[in-house]
Amino acid sequence: MVTVLIDGVASGMLLFVLACGLSVTLGLMNFVNLAHGAFGMAGGYVCAVLLNRYGVPFVPALLAAAVFAAAVGVALERTLYVRLYGRDHLDQVLFSIGLVFVASATVDWLMGARQQLIQLPAWLSGRVEWAGIGIGRYRLFLILVCGAIAAALHLGLVRTRFGARLRAAVDDGVVARGLGIPVNRIFAVTFALGSGLAGLGGALGVEVLGLDPAFPLKWLVHVLIVVAVGGANTILGPFLAALLLGVVDVAGKYWVPQLGAFAIYTAMVLLLLARPQGLLAKAAAR
Amino acid sequence: MMVTRRALLAASGAALAAPALAQGEAAKVGLILPMSGPFASTGRQIEAAVRTFLRMSGESHGGKKLEIVLRDDTGVAPDVTRRLAQELVVRERVRFLAGFGLTPLAFAAAPVATEAKVPMVVMAAATSVIVQRSPFILRTSFTLPQATMPIAEWAAKNGVKSAATLVTDYAPGLDAERAFKERFTAQGGQVPLELRTPLRNPDYAPFLQRVRDARPEALFIFVPSGEGAALMKQFAERGLREAGIRLIGTGDVVDDDILNDMGDAALGVVTSHHYSAAHDSAENRAFREAYGQVASNARPNFMAVGGFDGMRLIAEGLKKAEGNLDGERLLAAMKGQSWMSPRGQITIDANTRDIVQDIHIRRVERRDGQLWNVEFDRVPQVRDPGT
Amino acid sequence: MSGAGLHADRIAQPAKLPGRGALLRIGLEALAWLAWVAAYFAFPDYLPLLSGIAIAALFALSLDILVGFAGVVTLGHAAFFGLGAYSAGILAQQGWGEPLSGLVLAALLAALLGVVTAPLVLRGGDLAGLMVTLGLGLMLYEAANKAHAITGGADGLQGVEMWPVLGLWRFDLFGRTAYLYSLAVLFLLFLLARLIMSAPFGLGLRAIKGNARRAPALGVPVKRRLIAAYVLAAAYAGVAGALLAQTTQFVSLDALGFQRSAEGLLMLVLGGLGSLYGAILGAVAFTLAHHLLSEMSPQFWQFWIGVALVALPLIGRGGLMGLLRRAVRLP
Repeated sequence: MVTVLIDGVASGMLLFVLACGLSVTLGLMNFVNLAHGAFGMAGGYVCAVLLNRYGVPFVPALLAAAVFAAAVGVALERTLYVRLYGRDHLDQVLFSIGLVFVASATVDWLMGARQQLIQLPAWLSGRVEWAGIGIGRYRLFLILVCGAIAAALHLGLVRTRFGARLRAAVDDGVVARGLGIPVNRIFAVTFALGSGLAGLGGALGVEVLGLDPAFPLKWLVHVLIVVAVGGANTILGPFLAALLLGVVDVAGKYWVPQLGAFAIYTAMVLLLLARPQGLLAKAAAR
Repeated sequence: MMVTRRALLAASGAALAAPALAQGEAAKVGLILPMSGPFASTGRQIEAAVRTFLRMSGESHGGKKLEIVLRDDTGVAPDVTRRLAQELVVRERVRFLAGFGLTPLAFAAAPVATEAKVPMVVMAAATSVIVQRSPFILRTSFTLPQATMPIAEWAAKNGVKSAATLVTDYAPGLDAERAFKERFTAQGGQVPLELRTPLRNPDYAPFLQRVRDARPEALFIFVPSGEGAALMKQFAERGLREAGIRLIGTGDVVDDDILNDMGDAALGVVTSHHYSAAHDSAENRAFREAYGQVASNARPNFMAVGGFDGMRLIAEGLKKAEGNLDGERLLAAMKGQSWMSPRGQITIDANTRDIVQDIHIRRVERRDGQLWNVEFDRVPQVRDPGT
Repeated sequence: MSGAGLHADRIAQPAKLPGRGALLRIGLEALAWLAWVAAYFAFPDYLPLLSGIAIAALFALSLDILVGFAGVVTLGHAAFFGLGAYSAGILAQQGWGEPLSGLVLAALLAALLGVVTAPLVLRGGDLAGLMVTLGLGLMLYEAANKAHAITGGADGLQGVEMWPVLGLWRFDLFGRTAYLYSLAVLFLLFLLARLIMSAPFGLGLRAIKGNARRAPALGVPVKRRLIAAYVLAAAYAGVAGALLAQTTQFVSLDALGFQRSAEGLLMLVLGGLGSLYGAILGAVAFTLAHHLLSEMSPQFWQFWIGVALVALPLIGRGGLMGLLRRAVRLP
């Protein structure tokens, strides 16, 4: 029972790391980037290749995945995304889905369509017995790492100058520019950060979420749920939403397996009907 | 309007039959396989096996040259398969339809085979009821009840008193679940828990956790070809083995295609299936070698052998019909064929058009540094019990 | 993100040029429809594919009503398509194989679902509404999956046997009846949609899409109008789904799936919003490209369609219709 809860929390936190980049991108740049999952996929594959083919240790592989995804994010943002800022949302949808297709097809060609399997290092495998409850080590690792990331992001947003500028740019870009805040540069940095986090999430998720060329579209729905339910303007909102959804998903499948994925969709719809602006979002005037 | 239409239909029927009179012509085989999407490994295996057959036995049979027309069913949409089957029959004038990676796809194509009077060889899909969908369907793969009954009996006879079941929620899975329960309880066993996972995006963790908490003596598993790796991983990670739960199942979960990548988590798993790449026979050795040449040293799995034998059936049918390309003639020639396949002796039953074959009981062992399904017992000439 | 609907780009309007401009327009439209009829004779071996395109076009059309005219974006429209498909399929399976009554039933049931879900979708902002449509679509998918006994679950609905259309034309192996039947339904429903969108109802929708806060000042009852558009779009999608069930004599879960909703939206955006023709053009282009590229290289159609989808918005606005308009320089 507790094991199930811990599984749910771990899943939720992983989902948060994957989704928070999209949350900020959507809230900040008002850009519907459905290709967000593709950055996660890129990170996952980089990690898998480094681990399987080159025997790189786990943690460096994770970091490399994040860096790679961030780099790809910067490159794409500066060349392609920037041309579609302020455009009709549906054009952005078209564009980002196109990117997903290109990414999936490229990965399929390079790596094949099979599930990528990695072997976790010994210190992350197996279970830990604590007060008679078995907890998977990797799940524990996920909770600690993702929790730390969430805390760092929150503090970064709230306590640093960059964070303050970011929040200003999100609240009202025009006025922010008027105050001399380099909004475009903030866009670029935030996009890079968001993509990097997605890459890290993808790499962390290979063991838990699976990895194949269909990854971006498979998890797009979950990521969107986190962003929509959590609200696009805060860190805490998506965090809570992700936790909630992770637990409901896993618990639903455990206790009422006949319902399957029904539980999480029902939960989402109910939450959105109750709080359409997101769990914690303030009513943003636009 | 009605008269014109009937005349057109009659004319086209004649047009389709006409090539039967022409000699020295190609006999086209419309091969519909999952070449992309989640089940692409099945398509890859079968396509390689078809090429292996043509390499080993040549292209000419019964005076006609076999020509393969390959189409991608793109994953899971049955209406695509139906359209492909229609196009293959109408446009490409294929004399045989073959392949079919999933049950719903075979269901969708069945009416096309019936109306066009074209023999349809099911090389992969494994639900019992498929052969009843059309009088033109023959099967060279296997059925889940066929593969499940032996392991249920083996488990009961080897001291397993309670077994939970975990199957994928689609027709073959439900067939397996039913067959296992029937056989196992008939031998005095108990099934305390029956779980079903979704066909798309399955997440095994919560289900396996539930099994662990129920603590049966064994867990019977059926998942589609290729899914076994993810499941085996979760099985190990959840500590089910340490909790004393044995893993048994049909051979799909220890698919030869991915067995070697599963690592030690798979050792000792006992399954029953119709084909193991480790099967000890001259035919299998020849098959494996030729397959390795065609498919860059890969190992053939049960999907491949289904494709290989499907081609053999088509070729033998052509030979027996002496090159006559009429659909009903070919069907009659193909029914009742029996030969020694790389998996063992097989027969295509003349009445049910379904496959009758040996089912082997195997255990995963490490030999020469690789993991193999080593056969240690056999149930000869098992028939599908029918629905 | 503002009130009802995400940013409206260009509000497409039918040309109201006098004389030659109007003649040219009518000429082009007539040509477009004649091309569909000509295709029947020019490509007798490809009729199953062409019926598939007609059905996709009708689905995209239904989305245009909702997204292009009313400005309500949805990722769950396949729910209505699938409901229509299963209704028509189950009706035939249970013994009543008359095609036209199947279409009517599908439209009614889909409209009913639309009436029930519209208030849920229209509540809250854009992203929330979008996710609710997504969630509802996914829920319906899961429900259909679980309801094996009725829907056949993952294996699909079996035993759908159709009677001849109007008692005369049997659904044949070559897809002849299927194509002409689908084309006829597409054409008639297109005309109907055209009529509705040129009437005050449609103009009211455009006003709402342009600026939902000002529309009531024009006397447009926003909420009611949007719900009506939503229900209309649902009914259209239901008919499209029924067509699929009847022409292929098979229904499976993917008729309800997210992929179908997403592809519908893609076709619409590809073709261009708000012109009805854009929906059809997008469906034709997308499905043809899918078919041709899949045949050439089964694995890489995804790559090239991705490239096209990336390039199109970069080139200009309004999708393919926008491209065409700039090329022909019609207002």
